[in-house]
Parts: sequence; C-alpha cells; structure tokens
Amino acid sequence: MSIWDDIATIADGVNQSRTSALSNVEKSLKLIKANQDYSAIISILEEPAIERAHKIDELVKTKKNAGRLAGVPFIAKDNFLVFGPDTTAASNILKGFNAPYQATAIEKLESEGAICVAKANLDAFAHGASTENSDFFVTKNPQDNTRVPGGSSGGSAAAVALEMAPFALGTDTGGSIRQPASFSGCIGYKPSYGLVSRSGVIAMASSTDVIGPLTNSVKDAALVLDIIAGKDPLDSTTIERQADYFDLGKDSTTKKVGLINEYMGDGLDEEVKACIESSIDKLKANGYEIVDISIPDIELALATYYIICPAEISSNLARYDGQRFGYSYDQAETIDDSYKKSRGLGFGKEAKRRIIIGTYVLSSGYYDAYYKQAQIVRTKLINEFNDAFSKVDFLIGPVAPTSAFKIGENTANPLKMYLCDIMTVAANMVGIPAISIPANKGKGLPIGLQLMANSKKDKELLSLASSVEAVLS
Amino acid sequence: MAQLSREDLLKLANLARLDLSEAEISEFAAEISEILSYVEKLSSVDTGDLTPTNQVSGLINVSREDEVLDYGYEPLDLLKNVPEVEDNQLRVKRMIG
Repeated sequence: MSIWDDIATIADGVNQSRTSALSNVEKSLKLIKANQDYSAIISILEEPAIERAHKIDELVKTKKNAGRLAGVPFIAKDNFLVFGPDTTAASNILKGFNAPYQATAIEKLESEGAICVAKANLDAFAHGASTENSDFFVTKNPQDNTRVPGGSSGGSAAAVALEMAPFALGTDTGGSIRQPASFSGCIGYKPSYGLVSRSGVIAMASSTDVIGPLTNSVKDAALVLDIIAGKDPLDSTTIERQADYFDLGKDSTTKKVGLINEYMGDGLDEEVKACIESSIDKLKANGYEIVDISIPDIELALATYYIICPAEISSNLARYDGQRFGYSYDQAETIDDSYKKSRGLGFGKEAKRRIIIGTYVLSSGYYDAYYKQAQIVRTKLINEFNDAFSKVDFLIGPVAPTSAFKIGENTANPLKMYLCDIMTVAANMVGIPAISIPANKGKGLPIGLQLMANSKKDKELLSLASSVEAVLS
Repeated sequence: MAQLSREDLLKLANLARLDLSEAEISEFAAEISEILSYVEKLSSVDTGDLTPTNQVSGLINVSREDEVLDYGYEPLDLLKNVPEVEDNQLRVKRMIG
C-alpha cells in the first residue's frame, strides 16, 4: 500500500479541498525526518514549504484551482538552484552558495502549485554512480542500508522509494536518473536531449545533461514531464515539445520492441539477466512483439563518454575559480594562487580526477586522438541507433549490469565505478529518451528494466512504459 | 598505452589551475593512466569518413533579438555570492607578479 495517491489525485484533493497543501507538506516533512538514517537529504525547506502551503490553501479558498500540482510536495537534487537553503551540488566548493534565481524547472513546478520540501544528496557535481562521491555523506539504499542507492541522483531515488515525497527531480548525464532508480526501486525518466530547460541547473557535461523526474509510477513521471518540458528562452538548447505527455493512450502492444543483444551477454550479473529475461517472457505472453536486435558498437559508448564527459566537465568546472562564488582561499596573494588553492582545496577527488582527464584529452597533441575521435565514434553510435530504430519502434534491456553494490565495494577503483554506466551512457551520447522501470518489485534487491525510444518520441516511450509497468506489477 | 608521469600531472594541473596534493599526484598517475588505457580502445575503431558530432539537439544557430531583457534582479542580488565586491564589481587578487 502506497503512502501517497498518484500526483494528479493529490492535486485534485487539494483543489477540491478534500485535503490541504499544508497536510501534504507536513506528511512529507514527517517522512523525511523519520527516514534521516538513510542520509538522502542535504537540506530541508521546512519554513518556506509551510509558508507556500498556506498560500496555496488560501488560493484554493478564493480561486478554487491552484494548478495541476496544487499542494504536491517534491524533492530536488541539490544541483537545482532553489531559493532558501544553499545549493551545494554536494560539493565543498559550493558550500555557502545561495541561489540568486531559481531553475526554470523549479519555477514551472511552482507555477502549478508544487512545493519543494527538501534538497537531495548526490555525488558531488553529479560525478558518480553511488553517491559515495558526495563531499558530505553517503546515502544508503532504501532496501538494504549496507548498499549504495546508485547515483548520481541517489538521494532523489532513495527519497522517492522511501516515499518522502510523491516525486523528485534528478539529472542524467550518463545514467544518473535511471541507474539509481534501478538500484533503489522507483521509476526514473531521462527525456530526449533538450526537452527540459537546464537553466539554473549546475552544469556537468552540457552535450548530454538532461533533467527528469523520479517517481513511483509512469503516470506520475508523465505528469511531471508534461509540466517541465518545452522551450525556454533562458536555455537556447531547448527543443520543441510534443503537445501532451500526460494523456498516454494504449496502443503500444502493436509496436515492435528490440532486445539489445550486446547488453545481455558477458558482464551481466546472472540475477539481473534472469530478471530481465522473465520480464521479456511476461511481455511476450501479453502480446508484445519482442525481437533480438544488435547495435554492434554500443559497448564503445562508455569509452566515448569517458572522453567527452570529462572534457566538458573540465570546461564547465572552470567557473569555480574562487572569484565569483563558492569557496575562496583567503590567504592567496595573486589571482593565479587564488585559482589554484581555491580549486585545490574546494574540489573533491572525483571532480579533480575528471578535470585532469578532461584537460588531458583536450590538450594540444592529444585533442585529435582522444576528443575528436570520440566525437566521430559518437556519430557512429548515432548511425547504429538510427539503423536499429528503422527496424524496431523501441529498445529494451537492463539498466545496469548488477543490482545495488555494497558501500565501499567500488570506491578504490574509479574505472570499475565508471563501468556501472555501461548500459545507460549510450542513450545520453545519442540524445534519446530512456526510462527505468522496477522489474522485480518486492523480490529482493531492486532491478530496473530499461526502455528507450528514438529522439523526441517521449510520449510514445511513456505510453509503452505505462503498459509495461502494468504487465510487470 | 598512456602512462602519465608526475611531470605530466603537474603540467595538466597547472593548465587546469588546480593544486594537487602529493598523495593525489601519485594516486592519479596510476588511476588516470588506467582510465586512459580503457578509452584508448576508440583509436582502433574504423570510422571511415564519418564527421564529429558536437551536439545532438538538432538545433542550428539559435538566436534572439539583441535587446536588454529585465528579469527583475538587482545587480547586488546577483553578486551576493561573490567573495569580494566593490562598486558592483568583483574584486580579485593581484594579477601581475
């Protein structure tokens, strides 16, 4: 039995005065505090959330409708700029940074009556697959507190799985929404590249960063996407949206789905493999046409990603220089000394590691061999995905090669940690939408099933996901 | 196989304006060499006459009118996180030796 109704029903209850925004916020704050041992949350917006709840309840009394998310509490990953507590991206270098404006996604949610109640933990600057790279603390898996929740949106995923709020926002640069959703046992949706404005979200790798919802149902993810998607004058990379993501229809059993062969072979944990295969069998038994498909070079997506992503990180993190915001070393005598000391003392180890890799692959003499070659292989991957989507409507496979691993298990080996992204990064390199759906609800450690569609087919993907979710539960 | 030396790392750290501790230098030399060896698998990929992909939005030349838009912020609101402000400007440390 779920603690929360679906989001549309919660908002309806507030608009019809059956419940109040205040009671929703109080319930959410209580659950956040009751689950403190999981360390999913960096800051709680208790006062501003209660104040907003009062305003929404007042509005309902006078105007009767406070929006499609009236009085719905939500949690934002702490790399979203939100008024109130500091926005840290779980990094020491941003401690004390207080947002002077809000992310467009937050503004859009608030304009429909949603209330941000807390900011969630992440790997610092979203660099990681476990939240162990948070400069503050490690979040624990909601199903087993000796294991990681996944990452980098691990705090958001754990919070939603623990039902601290009906939904959370995350960011996905190489799998950072889908992989923690898979590990923690909730829905994680990565939209098409450019569909959701990134204005006011701390940049990691700009050619792949996207924003998306973590929820406990596909229907809820679709509603949140419907509100945050669309062009934004403050983010010139935003694309045209489809008219409606919420009204999903029911025609997806007539579509052809391709099971990605390369994801089902070596390196896939036996338990995950068995779970995905049994999900495929269930779907086939329910009338879905599922065929094997090969994307021959899909495995190269990881190497491509770990060149392009650190290159973009080294550029995006150049702004943390001790002069404009965040930590500044106050004993420096020259500006050069101030840059080096502020960054050296302010950044954690993983940010430094990625800045150095990025600087290396972009430096003169290595640029063509690494960065340019990765951009060319990226074209090859795009072509192979286009070829696959000429044969099937959707792709299906695992989200990650394993279920949640033990805290500390991979921290001594950064390359091993990077390999956690092997089944999620391709969607980012190609820019297509993808979703993680719990495939073994209530049976041991959570395992996610991944579905992907061609670029800008978010509505079609959500429609399929909604019917797949019904078959699997 | 790429094998980063201590000198390579110091050079990269200087390019990135990033102080590294001695412990980080020795740790990174091994770890980053291993990561570079992994990504070097791309060098043997046959890419024919494919051209590089810079971005995947499908957008080309996004422009807007060159006009001042008022977002309602005061300069000091936007400068509130700056370590040192003087006359609405950032004050930085000495730039020349």
